[in-house]
Amino acid sequence: MRTSVTSAGDIARDIPRAPPPMAMLAELTHRCPLACPYCSNPIELTRANEELSTEEWIGVFRQAADLGVLHLHLSGGEPASRRDLVELTRAAVSLGLYTNLITSGVGLTGARIGSLADAGLDHLQLSLQGVSPESADRIGGYQGGYERKMAVAAWVAGAGIPLTLNAVCHRENMGEIDAMIELAIRLKARRVEIATVQFHGWAERNKAALMPTREQVERATRTVAEAREKYQGVLVIDYVPADYHSRYPKACMGGWGRVGLNVTPSGRVLPCHAAETIPSLSFENVRETSLAAIWYDSDAFNAYRGEDWMPELCRSCERKKVDFGGCRCQAMALAGDASATDPVCIRSPLRERLTREADALSTTQSAGLIYRGR
Amino acid sequence: MSGDAPRISGSSVVKLARGVRLREDPVRGQTVLLAPESAMALDDIAVAIVEALDGKRSLERIAADFAEKFDAPVARIAEDVETFIHELAVRRMLEIVE
Repeated sequence: MRTSVTSAGDIARDIPRAPPPMAMLAELTHRCPLACPYCSNPIELTRANEELSTEEWIGVFRQAADLGVLHLHLSGGEPASRRDLVELTRAAVSLGLYTNLITSGVGLTGARIGSLADAGLDHLQLSLQGVSPESADRIGGYQGGYERKMAVAAWVAGAGIPLTLNAVCHRENMGEIDAMIELAIRLKARRVEIATVQFHGWAERNKAALMPTREQVERATRTVAEAREKYQGVLVIDYVPADYHSRYPKACMGGWGRVGLNVTPSGRVLPCHAAETIPSLSFENVRETSLAAIWYDSDAFNAYRGEDWMPELCRSCERKKVDFGGCRCQAMALAGDASATDPVCIRSPLRERLTREADALSTTQSAGLIYRGR
Repeated sequence: MSGDAPRISGSSVVKLARGVRLREDPVRGQTVLLAPESAMALDDIAVAIVEALDGKRSLERIAADFAEKFDAPVARIAEDVETFIHELAVRRMLEIVE
């Protein structure tokens, strides 16, 4: 009577090319009260009047559910900036989608969280910029943000909605990981996600200020390993290590067009958050084309599926089914070629140069933070 | 701050934590257990175990009920239930009722 249990990634593994998507990230809006220097949204943001309407979003959710999406992430920008957030949540839940709200907490009140709970919200992910009002509000560029987050966490716990704390770590707060984990437990979170900053979108401008040092990365990895052991069964710790300091690239998005898709505030459908940085691709819009046609048939989604696109270095590598050649947007940004081997791979000819650059950036003393404009 | 995970034994009564739910996945023809950032495809036996977590019966009671229903040795069933329950507990997918 053995039970076989697989993770989301494993479900997709045995199915031939282009399995149905598991997850959809709905970027409801680009509006956001915070000004985080590590924001991974594009430099050019979508304006409020271009956003999909309530009815349009609900139509996209319905298509996603029919297509096989199980997890829906309501994100942004700050999704609470949408006045119809509760209505959208209720619609998503009624379609059977596992609905997760990714929020900074700013714009949520006790009453609104109560309404979200009543609408059936499955889970809430609260971002954390630091473990004290001073450090958090400095990074978020928003006075009073930390205090509001603490209130939101208490309201969420009171409403019985499961909570994950979500922190981006970088050179300025890498030493706070222990404290982040302790705070997560104090706030009754079941999970914490600690993700090392990635240099997409706005964050690229802050590379010199945010790049962690090699020593910080090594210490963070040890801290996480110890905390995982100490808090097993109490807190699940998801950790995204710094890939500039790793040997192999991350399995970005679980493989291009393989597990998930993103919908931008105005309805463009992307294989990943940063895909629009690849100039050779053009993206279709749910206002004109069905989600199913975009997922299965569009050039952008098929561009880096499977192995045909891979350079010989990846195609002949035994890790091609582990990391799928790494991150296409990172290859674009660092190698100037979206179909190159991800330059963080130790087998990439660009790896040595990248290591030198990362080390130089991480010791840049003079870099100040450039805040995201609002 | 205590790092002690709640202990689960045969006499424990557990149920799925809020935010963890079972649903049919008609597109892939399977039953999945959904939780934050995870979707587990379950076989029939795992589904039966999850459905038995009613927040009333102890794990021992559930194993005994299965042994009778499927005419199988209770010790082996209890071991399977325990292994699966441990996996769910580590992933914070259970609430301990008592």
